[in-house]
Amino acid sequence: MDAAQPITAADGTPLKKKLAQAMFRSKLRATGLVVPLLAFVLASFVFPILALMWQGVYNNTFERLMPNLTEELRVWDGVSEPTEEMYAMLVADLRQNRADKTIGKVASRVNQELAGTRSLFTSTARKAKKLEPPYKESVIKTKKKWGELKVWQAMKLTNQSLTPGFYATSLDAVQTVDQGFMMKDEKRQIYTKLFVRTLMISGSVMLLCLLLGYPVAYLLATLPLRYSNLLMIMVLLPFWTSLLVRTTAWIAILQSQGVVNDLLVWVGVTGDESRFSLIYNMTGTIIAMTHILLPFMILPLYSVMKTIPPSYMRAARSLGATPTRAFIKVYMPQTVPGIGAGGLLVFILAIGYYITPALVGGQDGQLISNMIAYHMQKSLNWSLAAALGGLLLGGVLVLYWAYDRVIGIDNMKLG
Amino acid sequence: MAKLPPYTSTGERIWHYSFRVICGLIFLFLILPILVVLPLSFNVEPYFSFTPGMLALDPEAFSLRWYKDILRNGMAAPDAPLNLAWFADTWNNAQWMRAIRNSFFIGICATLLSTALGTLAAIGLSRSEMPYRRLIMSILISPMIVPLVITAAGMFFFYSKIHLSQTYIGVIMAHAVLGTPFVIITVTATLVGFDKSLVRASNSLGAGPIQTFFKIQMPLIIPGVISGGLFAFITSFDEVVAVLFLASPEQRTIPRQMWSGIREQISPTILAVATLLVLLSIILLTVIELLRRRSQRLRGITLS
Repeated sequence: MDAAQPITAADGTPLKKKLAQAMFRSKLRATGLVVPLLAFVLASFVFPILALMWQGVYNNTFERLMPNLTEELRVWDGVSEPTEEMYAMLVADLRQNRADKTIGKVASRVNQELAGTRSLFTSTARKAKKLEPPYKESVIKTKKKWGELKVWQAMKLTNQSLTPGFYATSLDAVQTVDQGFMMKDEKRQIYTKLFVRTLMISGSVMLLCLLLGYPVAYLLATLPLRYSNLLMIMVLLPFWTSLLVRTTAWIAILQSQGVVNDLLVWVGVTGDESRFSLIYNMTGTIIAMTHILLPFMILPLYSVMKTIPPSYMRAARSLGATPTRAFIKVYMPQTVPGIGAGGLLVFILAIGYYITPALVGGQDGQLISNMIAYHMQKSLNWSLAAALGGLLLGGVLVLYWAYDRVIGIDNMKLG
Repeated sequence: MAKLPPYTSTGERIWHYSFRVICGLIFLFLILPILVVLPLSFNVEPYFSFTPGMLALDPEAFSLRWYKDILRNGMAAPDAPLNLAWFADTWNNAQWMRAIRNSFFIGICATLLSTALGTLAAIGLSRSEMPYRRLIMSILISPMIVPLVITAAGMFFFYSKIHLSQTYIGVIMAHAVLGTPFVIITVTATLVGFDKSLVRASNSLGAGPIQTFFKIQMPLIIPGVISGGLFAFITSFDEVVAVLFLASPEQRTIPRQMWSGIREQISPTILAVATLLVLLSIILLTVIELLRRRSQRLRGITLS
């Protein structure tokens, strides 16, 4: 055969091309298997979350419902005295919103920017029909507050549909017309404190899980398989038991008339009147969350420890190391991947926790998820909920990325 | 238990046994909360705590009234004679019965959806020629990682727009998405030990890809698929955040009913339900364990 001639398959096409075709077909087949689920997850999970995130930076309530005033506010510099023209447009838009019954939405939107302005809008809108020019005078006559510059500045900020304002609020800053962003004063900072508390509680839960999980995983990994399989049930049963069952159980155990307090009174540690409050506060949240997330720490630790040959420890001992030294120098470094995997997983799951804090957290055991749910369901400030969620999601995704880089999600195991 | 080697010092012996004690206490911490629920659910009083009568093992202090309450609460005529009409009444009207029906219906539908899609995807992802494998895998696993409140809030807006919120389909879709990561993880783990030459052998013997899949690949990975499906089922069965955001009272599930039970009128009926759920998880756990052993046997891994 001529060396310059490409090698061909039976039907005469070059082998290289044939191979490329076969590779392409198998690639297509593999993709075809994944596509249905990928499309489903993208459509019903990823896209809704992206849409939610968009709400965190975009809110066109004001622009949409107050179109005339929006035009005027755009050209206004934000510090000079509001003009008669602006007041006229305000009245025109208020009349329209009153007729469309949409004034409530406008009022709530401005109220999010400057608290205490809701009634200003609703009451003036009621009277808007009867107002006569010159509007500036007659509007201010209905409510003196209309003459204040800060009301107009708040409106100028809300008429900006694409806004960083909600993210600023999530970080306890306020957006101003003329001075950029300013931090709120210490006493009124709630969200940053909540983020810090969430990180603190998640950190404590992670450390507690490590502290409790490490010895158990070690025991399970070193015992003969017949015993460890039995003990494993004690880890897996809580893992498989409903979250609400476990939370209910902790309420039964920790409440002031509960098992632990009864026991403590019976032993005599505390009096019947001075029972400990172990639940409906941060303590309750931490205890219940540690219990719920502990299996997520034990399982990865166990799977790493099982691969460590016991002969290493024996070798270290025979070379003269004390048991403590052998453990710290030889055994522990090999378990670091397990510590990393379990710790990250517990931390990721803990910072997004909602159910348990909501049920046993009381006042000071609430996490950022509970605040998001509050803004979603109670205060109906959806853009703020989205912005808080965006910050939380950002943090979680960074941790997830780190988990993938360090451990690899392919190595995630369950049970 | 393994005997301690003869060279161990006294200090080591003490540590050895105290370590066991510490581990025992941690195991108690893990298991006790679940066990405490069981006796409390037979309490005759409407409290969450042990009465003196219960501690003295007085039979008078125990009752099945909270279990009866599961059947009776919400019934039109709970005191009617026990006959077919009574059971029909329970089935149709009792609050908990409706929650139980909903939970099973939503759970089973979501499981079928996520297991079917998840198994196919896991098979595709386990092929080395799959492009963008890592990226796609991380997207498909992300429903497990993203905080549930964010997922539920996003779905709430989106599903409301396409008129799926407050419907069974919406809740089932949400639960199916949340269950797929578990299916993918378990099926992928089974596929790791899968011998590819079996597929080639089957092909060379004249079987088409579909026949190969059902006759060769499927029987070997079925334990992984079933345990993935059970994971998906328990995820749906235990899920409450998406239900809180997406479901109307008509789609109330067991965890949703427990949620309002804990928040509003705390009654030991919740403990009775909890006991039943613990029994369910024991059953599921046993099935999973049997499947795991079967899978190991099939793949030639023996227990030491």
